[in-house]
Amino acid sequence: MIKVKELSKQFGENLVLNNISTTINQGEVVAVIGPSGSGKSTFLRCLNLLEEPTAGDIFIHDQEITLPKTNKLEVRKNIGMVFQHFHLFPHMTVLDNITYAPQKVKQIPKSEAVEIGKDLLSKVGLTEKEDAYPNQLSGGQKQRVAIARALAMDPGIMLFDEPTSALDPEMVKEVLDVMKDLAQTGMTMVVVTHEMNFAKEVADRIMFLDEGKLMEEGDPATFFQQPKTTRAQDFLGKIL
Amino acid sequence: MNLDFSQIVPYIPFILEGIWATLKFVSVSIVVGFVLGTLLALCKITKIPGLKALADAYTSIFRGTPLILQLMLIYFAIPQLTGYDISPFLSAIMAFGLNSAAYVSEIIRAGILAVDRGQTEAAEALGIPYKPMMINIILPQALKNILPALMNEFITLTKESALVSTIGYLDLMRRAQIVGADLYRNFEPLLFAGLIYWIMVFILTKLGSLVERRMRYSD
Repeated sequence: MIKVKELSKQFGENLVLNNISTTINQGEVVAVIGPSGSGKSTFLRCLNLLEEPTAGDIFIHDQEITLPKTNKLEVRKNIGMVFQHFHLFPHMTVLDNITYAPQKVKQIPKSEAVEIGKDLLSKVGLTEKEDAYPNQLSGGQKQRVAIARALAMDPGIMLFDEPTSALDPEMVKEVLDVMKDLAQTGMTMVVVTHEMNFAKEVADRIMFLDEGKLMEEGDPATFFQQPKTTRAQDFLGKIL
Repeated sequence: MNLDFSQIVPYIPFILEGIWATLKFVSVSIVVGFVLGTLLALCKITKIPGLKALADAYTSIFRGTPLILQLMLIYFAIPQLTGYDISPFLSAIMAFGLNSAAYVSEIIRAGILAVDRGQTEAAEALGIPYKPMMINIILPQALKNILPALMNEFITLTKESALVSTIGYLDLMRRAQIVGADLYRNFEPLLFAGLIYWIMVFILTKLGSLVERRMRYSD
């Protein structure tokens, strides 16, 4: 469970996140949407402390991670993250990309890590690519490897930062399908996305951000059919 | 034309021994320079202000004064200050290693900064601690990009090593000079030494491109 209380983030004079509070329950899939520059990615990056909040508190399973003494690495062990631009390690094979962190961070023996890695590769449909290097893969394949890499740490929460925005259109589906499967396993997921169909179909809840504020949140059916705020109406009017 | 290479033939073994003498301290200096340079580069990119200032000052001093002056300071000043009679070999390693570290640190710093910021973020998001992240993820990518610049530095160091002839170390250069003085002929031994330097650098260059090719396996 993630509990966010009055979270704000300021870059210099620029208030990127303005007093956001919400609770994300175990097993919930939350889609964070909004215009570009609305603070969606910053919000997501605060959840695993890639950005340090300027004010407010974040609790993960009742542990307050925004305390100064928090060991960030410990927090991140339990939170997987998938980036828009994949950020696979280019000098490692696909399998090494996946097995590196479990071995280094959780001291899992190599044979066991390899077993976990191969199992995850088969789940994302890339068994035959285990010895390939990231540069030999398509964008969709890279992103599926990146998801497997994050899952290899066996996290309780997965964060997705526009996971399909850098992909060619024909590769979006293969990545979304993997994410759908993941959602069905009961994984807690926070997904920053522009894929409205995915948000509609898979998300349990929509968070709509604009200018750093949480303008409204609710279940997808209500949000997409009867958005309450004019900002959300404008936004949906432009993209749908 | 007054040229007679046959006269240096008896001296060839003496000159060739200089190859080993040169290689010995050049290779140690390269290692010292590389290790120290890497540590300095890490100090330069850290957020801890004291370390950064220290590393910057170090580079400023060793890049801002002549190498021959550093060499002489170490060789002549250490005995004067401490009474310890430092050998030419140790002086050479210190001067060349410390000097090279200043240049190498700048090359590596640039290399690290050129690695996509996302690599660090991905590693951090996986909970990977700083040290393994640097050693296994950031530095291998940085080294691949800066290999040509590093090779340049190693080649320069190999050639500049001839400066140790000024503190009486019997390297290739010094030996050529001794033979020249002995024969009253300088052209032949100097040319011979020059040829050997060129061959050494040529081999180093080839080794460099071999390593470079190997590091491109993931492209």
